[in-house]
Amino acid sequence: MKDRTAVVGVGATPYYRRGRSVPQTAMELAGKATIAALEDAGLTVDDLDGFALYSMGFDTSLFAQWLGVPDVKFTAQLTGGGGGAAGSVGLASAAIVAGMADCVVSVMTLQQAASRFGASFAPRGTPGATYSAPPSPEGNFIQPSGLMGPGQMFAVLAQRQMHLYGTTREHFAEVAISTRENARRRETALMRDELTLDRYFDARMISDPLCLYDFCLECDGAVAVVTTSIERARDLRHPPAVVMASAHGGAGRWGQAITWMGMPDEYFASSGHRDVAKRLWEMAGVGPDAVDVALLYDHFTPMVIMQLEDYGFCGIGEGGAFVADGNIRWPNGSLPVNTHGGNLSEAYIIGMTHVKEAVEQIRGTAVNQVEGATVALATGGPASIPTSSLLLRSDR
Amino acid sequence: MSAPRGVLPPDVVWLAPNVFTEPFWLATAEHRLTLPRCTSCGTYRFPPSAFCFHCRAQAVEWVEHDGTGTLYSFTIIRHAVIPDVADALPLIAGVVELPGTGGVRLVASIVDTDLDAVAIGKPAELVWYDVREGTTIPCFRLV
Ligand SMILES: [Zn+2]
Repeated sequence: MKDRTAVVGVGATPYYRRGRSVPQTAMELAGKATIAALEDAGLTVDDLDGFALYSMGFDTSLFAQWLGVPDVKFTAQLTGGGGGAAGSVGLASAAIVAGMADCVVSVMTLQQAASRFGASFAPRGTPGATYSAPPSPEGNFIQPSGLMGPGQMFAVLAQRQMHLYGTTREHFAEVAISTRENARRRETALMRDELTLDRYFDARMISDPLCLYDFCLECDGAVAVVTTSIERARDLRHPPAVVMASAHGGAGRWGQAITWMGMPDEYFASSGHRDVAKRLWEMAGVGPDAVDVALLYDHFTPMVIMQLEDYGFCGIGEGGAFVADGNIRWPNGSLPVNTHGGNLSEAYIIGMTHVKEAVEQIRGTAVNQVEGATVALATGGPASIPTSSLLLRSDR
Repeated sequence: MSAPRGVLPPDVVWLAPNVFTEPFWLATAEHRLTLPRCTSCGTYRFPPSAFCFHCRAQAVEWVEHDGTGTLYSFTIIRHAVIPDVADALPLIAGVVELPGTGGVRLVASIVDTDLDAVAIGKPAELVWYDVREGTTIPCFRLV
């Protein structure tokens, strides 16, 4: 698969605070983002022949019917949740390399009007809510403890990380603040006011050790990216963002991760990405040193630090010190991270904004452009398996 | 019915056992902590499931455990993600590792424990929370 496909188009709706995209529907948002991504590439719906989705994938039959896609040749979805974000582009690439399709869209659309991800494991929610989880055999071993939202669960991993490695709240704050600084320069970002260290420490604690600013936003919106063969990509509007490598999956005993807490001790306090990272570097034929900018799925600040460790940008347990040294700051850090403002401060569209930003960095058109960036890493959420990642490079 | 200090209100605690998990809850209703162990290789599996992740055998025996363990990690829940839990906050949600089980961990409320006394590595002992007739869930007190 290496170097044989490229991302050629990106598109997005405006980003909305949770529930504010109404009266548009989620699939309407998906359509707007898809059409925008095709237009960005210099293509139309007549060129589209595949769907490669992840997490809550929608009904592509209705979607294709709505848009009038002439010939649907591939429609598939990675299982799991936000872990599959970056990997959905790998799924598209696999289809293209296999000859099953030629022009594949990966799209995430999210509308949290009736319910919210923040309570997605609660045993009850708003009547008709999509994301609360009614009592289940496995949930029975978690919910009665009070763990009902992803942030509370990741707080348990963060607590262990602090205990093992001496990671501190100042380190979490550096992730939140550096990401906010990037968002402040972007018109599309929902959070653009200054976040100081004092403000971080004055914020209300949600679930120790995570405070308000360690949590990502809850949003509505859609983001789409279009992938095609490298040959076709070179004839299109923008310089191709070449898919060097993509991997998804993870250790079976990482499993459901935060919703079982039984992961082996050696990687309990991790992002669950270590095996995926290893395969990504193997496929790409490069290592972390080659990466100019990293778009790391940031639902919660400690998970950015754990991904820095798991992808080998620093040693295991050294992520806190790595961020404290200014490494993830744009523009002067050794590895600018989440230059778009991330899930924390730009918008939470379950990780597809990270893929979009990776493409824009490779094109050289990002708002917070890393000068001369030629290799960009995007990751899916540290979550139940599959987790995933994507390595893009310029075609130079 | 007894409720230790620091548990969820009964209204949000509902069990939905299946064939694999029901023996666990039948035992807790009698204030006994039992864990499923593979009859072929002796590996504990938790939560209860259809297969041994080590040898893939299906049969288990239910082995009693005294419920003394160690706090592996925790969080202090201070914000109500659903209104029903607001009056119960703050709550300590803990992960307790049980010795002699190959690393079985229970996720449970840490009860009758002051917030500033919570720390990873502390010994924990079992406390029962009788939610309603026929429903009892395990909790832990730090000692
Ligand atoms: Zn076995």
